[in-house]
Amino acid sequence: MASVGKILRRTFLIGSAAIVGGVAFGAYYVTRPAANPLKPAKGETALSPFILIDQQGVTLFAPRAEMGQGVMTTWAALIAEELDVEMDDIRVLHGPAAAAYYNSALVGEGLPNKGYDISDFQHNLGEALGVLGKTLSLQVTGGSTSMKDGFERMREAGATARETLKQAAADRLGVDRAQLKTEAGVVIAPDGTRIPYTELAEAAGRIDPPHAELRDPSDWRLLGQNLPRVDIVGKTTGTAEYGIDVRPEGLKFASVRMNPKLGGAMNSFNASAAQSMPGVEMVVDLGNGVAVVATNTWLAIQAVEAIDVDWADAPYPSETDDLFATIAQAFEDAPNSTMRDDGDVDVLPDGATEITAEYRVPYLAHSTMEPMNATALFTGTKLDLWCGNQAPTLLQIRAANTANLDKEAVEVHTTYLGGGFGRRGELDFAEIATKVAMAMPNVPVQTTWSREEDMRHDFYRPGALARMRGAVKDGAAVLIDGKVAAQSCTQQAVERYTGMPGGGPDKVLVEGLFNQPYAVPNYRISGHIADLDVPVGFWRSVGNSHNGFFHETFMDEMAHAAGRDPLEFRLELAKAEFAPAAGVLQAVKEMSGWTGQTPDGVGRGVAMTYSFGTPVAQVIEVVDEDGTIRIAKAWIACDVGLALDPGTVKAQMVGGMIYGLSAAVTGEITFSDGEVEQYNFPDYDALRMHNAPLTEVRVLETNPRLGGVGEPGTPPSLPALGNALFDLTGERARTLPLINQFNLLV
Amino acid sequence: MATNLNVNGTSYQVDLPDDVPLLWVLRDEVGLTGTKFGCGVAACGACTVHIDGEAVRSCQVALSDVWGDVTTIEGLGTPDSMAKIQQAWVDHQVAQCGYCQSGQIMQAAALLAENSSPTDADIDDAMQGNLCRCGTYPRIRAAIHDAASKLKEA
Repeated sequence: MASVGKILRRTFLIGSAAIVGGVAFGAYYVTRPAANPLKPAKGETALSPFILIDQQGVTLFAPRAEMGQGVMTTWAALIAEELDVEMDDIRVLHGPAAAAYYNSALVGEGLPNKGYDISDFQHNLGEALGVLGKTLSLQVTGGSTSMKDGFERMREAGATARETLKQAAADRLGVDRAQLKTEAGVVIAPDGTRIPYTELAEAAGRIDPPHAELRDPSDWRLLGQNLPRVDIVGKTTGTAEYGIDVRPEGLKFASVRMNPKLGGAMNSFNASAAQSMPGVEMVVDLGNGVAVVATNTWLAIQAVEAIDVDWADAPYPSETDDLFATIAQAFEDAPNSTMRDDGDVDVLPDGATEITAEYRVPYLAHSTMEPMNATALFTGTKLDLWCGNQAPTLLQIRAANTANLDKEAVEVHTTYLGGGFGRRGELDFAEIATKVAMAMPNVPVQTTWSREEDMRHDFYRPGALARMRGAVKDGAAVLIDGKVAAQSCTQQAVERYTGMPGGGPDKVLVEGLFNQPYAVPNYRISGHIADLDVPVGFWRSVGNSHNGFFHETFMDEMAHAAGRDPLEFRLELAKAEFAPAAGVLQAVKEMSGWTGQTPDGVGRGVAMTYSFGTPVAQVIEVVDEDGTIRIAKAWIACDVGLALDPGTVKAQMVGGMIYGLSAAVTGEITFSDGEVEQYNFPDYDALRMHNAPLTEVRVLETNPRLGGVGEPGTPPSLPALGNALFDLTGERARTLPLINQFNLLV
Repeated sequence: MATNLNVNGTSYQVDLPDDVPLLWVLRDEVGLTGTKFGCGVAACGACTVHIDGEAVRSCQVALSDVWGDVTTIEGLGTPDSMAKIQQAWVDHQVAQCGYCQSGQIMQAAALLAENSSPTDADIDDAMQGNLCRCGTYPRIRAAIHDAASKLKEA
């Protein structure tokens, strides 16, 4: 452990470097900083800046993907809080792909604890193991980890920079640093003289950064407030640049078709018709697919669709029912994990009533609004890559391998993301764009997928089955014995990213099922991995997205069997286990005026899921309007520990819920002849203005640790809706999507 | 054969086949990328622009069928001089990923031009063709109501 401790201390090294006319503050990747940290020699390491100050102004770097979750704004606010600059006066950039921008929190999340019950030792261990994030170059935006990761380090970066600038001013004025104050980008001398940071930047670059203390939260002026998003004007005027919008000089436009029998080979193709179509400049053989480069994206799409391709079969059973039969078969094998095994579930407690239920949820697409795309320029010795992405360092490695270049020869330019939800953590869109650009050296080529290509070539949320057995006695749950079976998106992703098969217990498969904060004495959860080659990946809230539905529908069934109000039933069990979980249930009870009674034609359901460190409870109200069921209202309470930007937290809670409800109502990816049967939004829709509920959100701050916000709003939405439909109709929803069972308004 | 096109008050000569949709003329030829590609089948509204003030899905209008003057999000207002509806969008911090918002704003602008005091039901009717995967609907609704009252004050 000593070595881990050593690495940990060095990990938080904040350094500085002189730049032309200014100074940069940032983090080092490994332990030996370079003499010139911005231009390291071999064996030395670069400083990756979080703050850059020169005569032009102050630039902050937020090297996490801005996919709508507001990370750019809150990340910048963490720095600005300590640096004493105004948000209006700074520029915020994503910055390059850099190992020093690793995500330490993501690896800590992988520990097999429940999350809410961890000790300080385990917390520190998680932080220490976060160093692995560094060595694995995990500059990843995912797992609702950005704020957990940046909370300490970015404030430290800001404070270090502030004290260095003050020292530069102290040297100039011949006073002690402690006599100086800072505010709005200036250092203020005891006599009131104001020196802008921009004037001090050059001198600051020659000073060793002094130690800086972090401010007490009671002194914060930015954090904890609703801040205007730094991206809001661009996104309101059509001027924000997404991957699909980059326009390097001389750009050509391409589109692609890969085997719709996913992962299958390409036997042959005939592109003679496509060759002579208008605007077509080149047909590219990708080995496992085809692309067309043209003068216009639409012309490229028309031409690539005109190519006659003979596709080989998919490496998985070709029909949905056969896929689910294989998933069910996994229950017969030894479990991959049993991450909770409390008490003895094999013995039914005396006098208890046993209940069982089986559940099924489908494969799901991410369906980001911006279809997959990337733009690449290949010169033979260098590759420039422009795209929205959630993992620029992994992308850089993949592109380098594809183009047979050193990693250093690949420059990744990360734009805004037109939605991510986990899809843009994959690397395929960049790899394809790289291959297309390699066919046309020295010409920038933008490869855009049609919506159909995007929908039918996803890394899907795995279809999953659950077998739940439980027991209730004297109005309480006394036993839960649950099994989930699905493909392992973790193991598949590890293999995709590293080329080596992933193994070991998969926490993601059982998250949302094994780690729910309810005091049930006999509690066992096991995960069974279905061995299938359907491409699966991380979909907003990942395992929680199916397990939240399984667990919280089953809790409702147990409450019903126990003759209890489903909210009170949960509240009692949560109180005894994790107070913040009880707190969010109590909050939605108050907000919704929950009485357990609803008028005729109205149904209400509740659910609570603890995920990514944040318990979220939701009450959903459905109304029968002449036989059509409308999702009328929703109440959400979350406990994030500390709401760094309450407006952003609320937006994420509502958005996460709507993303989950969209899947619950109509979301379903099915297979026939090995191909996905859904092509476009008419086949795979989402909630819209007219059928999204009126929603009220309350943000609590009693959680002892900082929780995530991007994903935890999703899991409880699906069971809360199903439970509301049960309340309305008396029919239990055990299979998604609900449109197959209920006449919901779409 | 070049086609003449008026976009945001500027005239463009476009040399593309007649059947290329206006969306792709704007994005890849004229260089106005504020109008977004989402589905190509008029199912998401991300590509909404105005032709002679009417909200249309630009992915469904062939170049040769453009019947009037085109206004895109860039023509509605600029970062330094936003239209009132855009200001309402900023005031309500509507955008998350933001990709659908050009289309949402153009659709809402057309609604307000026709109906200066839309009810919630009017907003449901007018806006349900515009998909948002981030789920910004509550703030879109609030921004439309707000823009309606601001436009009346003017």
